[in-house]
Formats: sequence, C-alpha cells, structure tokens
Amino acid sequence: MKFLKYDTVIIGGGPAGIAAAIKATELGLKPILVENRDLLGGIPLQCIHPGFGLHYFREDLTGTQFITRLLDKLESLKVEYLLRAHVHSIEYIDYDKKLVNVITPQGVMRIYAKTIIYATGARERHIFEIGVVGDRPDGIYTAGEAQTLMDIYGVLPGKEIVIIGSGDVGLIMARRFTLEGAKVKAVVEILPYPGGLMRNILQCLVDFNIPLLLQHTVVRIVGRKRVEKVVVAKVDENLRPIDGTEFEIPCDTVVVSAGLRPNIDLLEKLGVVVDPSTGGPVVNEYLETSIPGVFVAGNALVINDLVDYAVEQGEIAAEGAKVFVDNGGMPTKNWKYVKKGRNIRLVVPQMIGGERDVVIYARVAQPERNVFVEIPELNFRMFHFGVRPAEMIRFKIGRNILNKINENADKITIQVKPR
Amino acid sequence: MKKFRVVIIGAGIVGASIARILSMYENFDVVIVEKEPDVGWGVSKANTSIIHPGHEEDPNKYPLRAKLCVKGNQMWRTWAEELEIPVKWPGELMVFTNEDEEKQAREYIKLAQLNGVPGVRVVYGEELRFLEPSIGDDAKGAVYAPTAGVISPFEAVIAIVENAVENGAKLLTEAEVTGIRVYNSTVKGVETTQGFVEADIVINAAGLYADKISHLAGVELDFYIRPRKGEYILFDENIEPKPLKILHTVPTHITKGVYAITTVHGNVLIGPTAEDLPLEARDDASTSVKGLDYVYREATKLLKKLPPKSKIIRTFAGLRPEPPNGQWLIKAYSNPWGFVNVAGIRSPGLTAAPAIAEYVVELVANTYDVKLIRKGSWNPYRHDITRLSGKSLSEIDDLIRKNPDYGEIVCYCKMVSKAEVLEAIDRMMKIGIKTITLDGLKFRIYTGFGKCQGSFCRWRVAKVVSDKLSIPYYDVVVKKSSYGIGEIKILWSKKVGEENEVSKV
Repeated sequence: MKFLKYDTVIIGGGPAGIAAAIKATELGLKPILVENRDLLGGIPLQCIHPGFGLHYFREDLTGTQFITRLLDKLESLKVEYLLRAHVHSIEYIDYDKKLVNVITPQGVMRIYAKTIIYATGARERHIFEIGVVGDRPDGIYTAGEAQTLMDIYGVLPGKEIVIIGSGDVGLIMARRFTLEGAKVKAVVEILPYPGGLMRNILQCLVDFNIPLLLQHTVVRIVGRKRVEKVVVAKVDENLRPIDGTEFEIPCDTVVVSAGLRPNIDLLEKLGVVVDPSTGGPVVNEYLETSIPGVFVAGNALVINDLVDYAVEQGEIAAEGAKVFVDNGGMPTKNWKYVKKGRNIRLVVPQMIGGERDVVIYARVAQPERNVFVEIPELNFRMFHFGVRPAEMIRFKIGRNILNKINENADKITIQVKPR
Repeated sequence: MKKFRVVIIGAGIVGASIARILSMYENFDVVIVEKEPDVGWGVSKANTSIIHPGHEEDPNKYPLRAKLCVKGNQMWRTWAEELEIPVKWPGELMVFTNEDEEKQAREYIKLAQLNGVPGVRVVYGEELRFLEPSIGDDAKGAVYAPTAGVISPFEAVIAIVENAVENGAKLLTEAEVTGIRVYNSTVKGVETTQGFVEADIVINAAGLYADKISHLAGVELDFYIRPRKGEYILFDENIEPKPLKILHTVPTHITKGVYAITTVHGNVLIGPTAEDLPLEARDDASTSVKGLDYVYREATKLLKKLPPKSKIIRTFAGLRPEPPNGQWLIKAYSNPWGFVNVAGIRSPGLTAAPAIAEYVVELVANTYDVKLIRKGSWNPYRHDITRLSGKSLSEIDDLIRKNPDYGEIVCYCKMVSKAEVLEAIDRMMKIGIKTITLDGLKFRIYTGFGKCQGSFCRWRVAKVVSDKLSIPYYDVVVKKSSYGIGEIKILWSKKVGEENEVSKV
C-alpha cells in the first residue's frame, strides 16, 4: 500500500473534476485527480455531437473537442492524476484531514488530503426505476449505455427502436440511431412537456421526423428473448394510463432516457445531508457539503443540462477548497437558507453566506411564459420569456447585492412570478 | 457421443443436486442436459430463496415433502459450507395481525412437533419486537421458527454443478430434450437438439417442463404441471431498516404468504404473488402493475417502514411448477425401465433439493438394483470465486500484487474486478458452458447486480468477454440475444455498398 498526501483529492476525471483540478492548481493548491476509467475526460468522450462550450468557450464544440481543450490545459499545468483508480472508501479523520482509499492496478493507494472535491457525475435511471413492467428480454439499454456502444465501440445496439423518456441523451441518441440507419419509431414521454433541451427536440427529433408522444407511457415490454414490441398508452393528469388507449409499437430495442441521478454513494456513506429535490448533497455557495472540507461539483451536485455549468461548478469547488486550506476551514459565520418559492423545483446552493458573488442554479416545476425570477428579500428581479423544467436557470448575484440583506434574516427566497 | 450411465434432464437445483450425489459413487457416469445456455435459469433462478424449517408441511397430507424438507434444511448447513454458497440462518417469523391469523399460525406449531422441527414457538409484543425491531406496528405476534435460512439459489446451483463436474459429472447446455428413446420397454437415452445422448437411466428433473418430458417417456400421461407465477420487488442494499429475520404473512391454501427478507447479498426482497397461469404459459415471467402493487401492499403488513419505491432496483417474476394436488411426483418406473420422474417439485423444493437427491439416488439403486460404491477420491469441497468485496484494503493490495487485474474495477456498485470476470469465464468454460453470457457472469460475480443495474458495467464486462474469447464485441450474448447487431462501420459500408451497386458495375 502506498500513502500519499495532497491539499485536495478530486474524485472523478470528467469536466467538473478536470476543471476543479485546473483551478486548484492555478490557485496554488496541490491536487490529485482520481479517475476510474483508463483515460480522463468522462462522458464528453462519447459525445460526438455539437452543443458544448457555448457559454464557457463561446464556441459551439463537440463534446470531444470541448474536453480536449480542458485536457490540454490540465496537461500543461502538469496536474497529477491516477487512472483506473476506483475509490474504495472515504474516511473523515479530522476537521482538516480526510483519507481517500483507492484501488488501482498498481495496488491500493491511501491518499490523505485536507479537502475533497467530489465530481463523480451521475448515473442513469433504468427501466426498473421508472416502473415499467412486462417481460425482461435482451435489447433494453439506458441511453448512455447505447451511446457508449455506438460512439466508443462502434456497435449498433438494434434496428427498430423505441425511446422511453425525452431526456437529452435519449434525444441525441435518437438522431445517432437514425444517422446509422436504424429506425427510431417513437420517443415516449409521460409528462405533457419534453424532458430535454428545446434545441435537442428540434435538432434531433423534428429534423428527422421522429414522433414524440407526450403524455404517453410504455405500460408493458413484450419479448421472450429479445424485445419484440412495447405497449404504449395515453396517461391522465395523474400520469396513470388511460384504459382503452393502448396500442403496440413493434421494435427490437428499448432505450431508457428517463433522467439522471447524482452518483453520491460514497458521500452518503460518509453521512452528508442530501437534498431530496436535487438528489445531490446540500451545499453552500462554495459547494461545500455538510461535511467540512468536502466539496461537490458537476452532476454529482445537481443534474446539469450543460457541460459549461459542470465546469463552472468544478471551478467554484476549487475556489472553496482554496479558502478551506488557507483558513483551516470556512470563515463564514452566518449562513442563510435558500428557500424554494413559487414554481421552483430545486435550487443550488441551498445555503448562502454572502461573502462572495454567488452563482445560483435553479429549475422550475412547470413551464411558464413571461415571468420574473425573483428574490424578494434582495429586491432582485430578472425577466424571462419562458422557463421550462428541462432548462436550468442560472444567474449570479453580486456580493454587493447580497450585502444589502438584513444580517438577522435567516433565508432568501427564489421564486418565479408571472409578469 | 459416449454412453452414459445416467442422464439427468434439467440443470436446476434438483438436477444438480442429484448429479452431485451420484458423483459420489463409482460407475455413475452422469451427464446433465440443459436447454438453457447456463445452469439454474429456470425455476431455481427466481424464487424467495428461503431454506424452510419444515413446520409448514403437513406430514399427513404430504409425508414425503415434510420429511425431505426437514432433512434438506439440515443438509444445506453442510452443503453450503462445503461448497461455499452464500447462506445465512436468521430464523423466520410468521407474522399474524388478528385472532383468525393467530389461530391459523398456531397450527404450524403442531406441525413442527409432528415433523420434529426444533424451537418453533409463538412470540408476542416485546419479545417479537426484540427479535425483529423492524416489524410492522400491526403485528400482534408471530410463530418463530429459528432454523429458517436464506440462500443464494442461483449460486447454489452453480456451486453444486461445479462440484459435480469436479467429481466427474458432465454438463451439456443448449440441449433441449426432444424425445426419450425407449426400446423393449427400456430407456436407451434421450434425443436432444444436440444429438442423441445414450444412457441406461434417465432422470427427469425438468422443472416446469417435467410433465412434457414424462409424456415423452410415455408415463403419467394425465400429469400436468401448472405454472404458478410469483412477482417480486428487490430494493437497493443501501436502505434502512432491513429485516433481520425472514418475515412472512400467514400462508393461505395456495401460497406461503408474502415475504420480506434481507437477501444474502444485502438487498431487501419482498414477494411473491401467486398467480396460476395457463398450462402453456411456462415462459411467461412478466411482471405486472397489479402484481407488484399487491406485493408492496402486503409487505406493509410486515415492516414498520417499507423502503420508498424510488429505492426499487429490480422487479422480476419467477414460475413455480405446481403439480396436481401439490404432490411431488418422485418415482422410478419399471416400464419404461430406467425412467425416473422427479417432477412437480414445488415449494419447498429448494430446501429439500439435497434430501430429494439422496432419496432419488436410493430409489434408483433399489429399483434398478444398482450397487452404490463410494468413490475414494470424491471431493466434497468447492471454493467460491475470489472476490474483492468484503476484503480489507491490505488483502486487496496483496491480491493486486499477485495479479494486477484485481486492481481494475469493472463494476462500481458491487466492486467487481476484471480478475473476477476472468475467473468466472474460466469456471463457466470448465463446467462445459458453450455460450458465455453476461447474465451468467452476473449470477456468478454480481456485475450489474447493484443500483445502476449494469448501465455502468455491462459494456465493460462485455469488453472483457469479447477480448478473452476473441469474439466480436457486438456478438457477446446478454441473456439470449446479442449485445449489438453489428459494427456501425460494417453496417454503413453495406448500406453505401447497396446504394453504389449500380455504379460499381
């Protein structure tokens, strides 16, 4: 066993982790990046489609181009990293001492650090989690798995495909399948509105004449060896299938694109407080969890719809780690709780100290047009033409505005109000 | 193909156990023929995984079942140890919530006495909650049977077959029996989709299909097996509280009640339903909203706090072979001479399997006047796959030093290394499995068993299989169909080729 010592251990070599490693190095910390795959880059490695980096690089890049730019920077800064490294466990030893146990082909590494930045991404919701019943034949994939097969290994999973859920990965895969000569028979979405970004609905479905069945659900999968068909029904406002509306779609493949869940098993074992609305840990504006010195970024924090946000969160977490290392902890005395007001389903961060500019990420519960996103306690108000659950609201509140809030106030409220 | 002394039809828990017992003796060339690509894929794969104490069997109505269940429970203690099969012995509580149920439940104490099942008694209130802190508030009391256990049924079949093969038995997979050859009222062997297998004795342990096999042999023509479906819900291991004991509701005339258990792998399992299917629906292991709702509702009677539906990681159904009047059909025939039925083995078949096997071998020896001579070389032991899970960091470090493949984790949820995948493949090949399936690997090393259900690891495991066997990646078999249909570039070139056909000419 090897024993190592760093300022910060960054777990997860995807966009958030790489960005955190770059930022931490630039800030003068000594980080190590730990990645379980045999190369750095994370999910963008299998994203050969464009739409990456519009915010961060102000250019439209593919996932691979986007991640290459970050990796080049990482290499130029000579950041240390471990590949094929599986984090076995995390131990909280003391306020400023954590231990990350890592399994690698070179042996077990025990890494001591003052801080941890947890950037392990998300996992996909699978067929059993979304309550689909029927047979359990071969030919059922999650969208990310299908993407790995096609865009890393060049394998076409099937010929006639039904996609359950209209999450972004599923929409992008619908286009990929079509381009490779397979037939996407339908995308079935239980909600009255799509789950993915509008640009993906247009560029991946509309442009390719792929039917999107809103307010429909797959009530049963049929197939003894491989998928033979799915039975689809219309749903009522309580999302329950309406009797008599069932119809069949013959297909050989079902792809599940029913959203992602933050992948935070090790943090849960460590005992972080989890926000049920995000599925990720409760954090403050430095993206520090309820365990001092443990930060979280990217999809492990909250499911983002743009990689740019994941990168930004990695940088914020690295800044947090710097503050923690320099001060032996977070100097903030007075945390204010961020309350979810009208039509807000989730918000990150959940706690704000107000000593620095704060980036707020929020999602609405229902689509709405012509609205204000408001924080009444700060007299803050921002106009939006339209808000949708699939599209994250991101905005920054300056420290000067936050300063105006009454020191004794214990919360601020984010809400969406019609104009 | 060479001639065997015995052919066993069906590599489920019963067929495998018979093969193991037969492998103890000289002169018993045994072959198990199995229609699936792997062992234990029928009834044995999907059930409640309980080793019953034997207090639920009425010795007056079902003397054989009662006797073999009690004996099987004892034998599993030895077998699980010899074969390193995951098992635990928490005991069970038959929970009653009202006086009627209490009266019914108390009847089982009498049966326990008749069957010689030790320690069965009724517990109430504080003692009940002391024994099982997670028990539901409605529970008035329970009949406690301390000898009940929980086993990994699919691993049990795998372990038993590995041991039987180690001791000389053969396995022929993907061989569906299409006929029984009988000449002069004597069996000569079985016709399979892989050719004729010659044997003196044919033992029918074909599970859900045992009636059909029996009919092929020309016996018990009015014997039909009814498939009875049971649906289950499996929760993530990362939930609280987990039942410590095996909990179940009071049995009715068709079911042993709904169970709530913590499996040997640490997941909470609830179920099953009991739904009689048409005779021909023997491959209908589909789940239904109705069935799963029933299971969830019944389980709320058992547990104080049922895990939320968001913690469900899998739902599945299994089929049990239900014989007429619930009677097991274990019989050695003189016409045709050499044909043995071990059919209609419904619950507690898993519990009784080792005892059934002993009983069948004695029956065969007595009926066909075979002298049983113990092999001096018989090896009762089988070692489990070397796993990282459960080992300390320094033990893991030692393993990696000997073999770096242990340091390459392919399944995150269950922390399974590449070395384990390779060992499982080797073992599958060693027992004679022709097609290495991802499902077969899953049952051996738990890849895809965790909360991600394979979305992270299936493609990694498939890659290891593809590399190891030198087969195309897309051709790796999941369960019964391939992972992909082809390589994108090949499909493209075909497509482009078709379009350019004219210009090429």
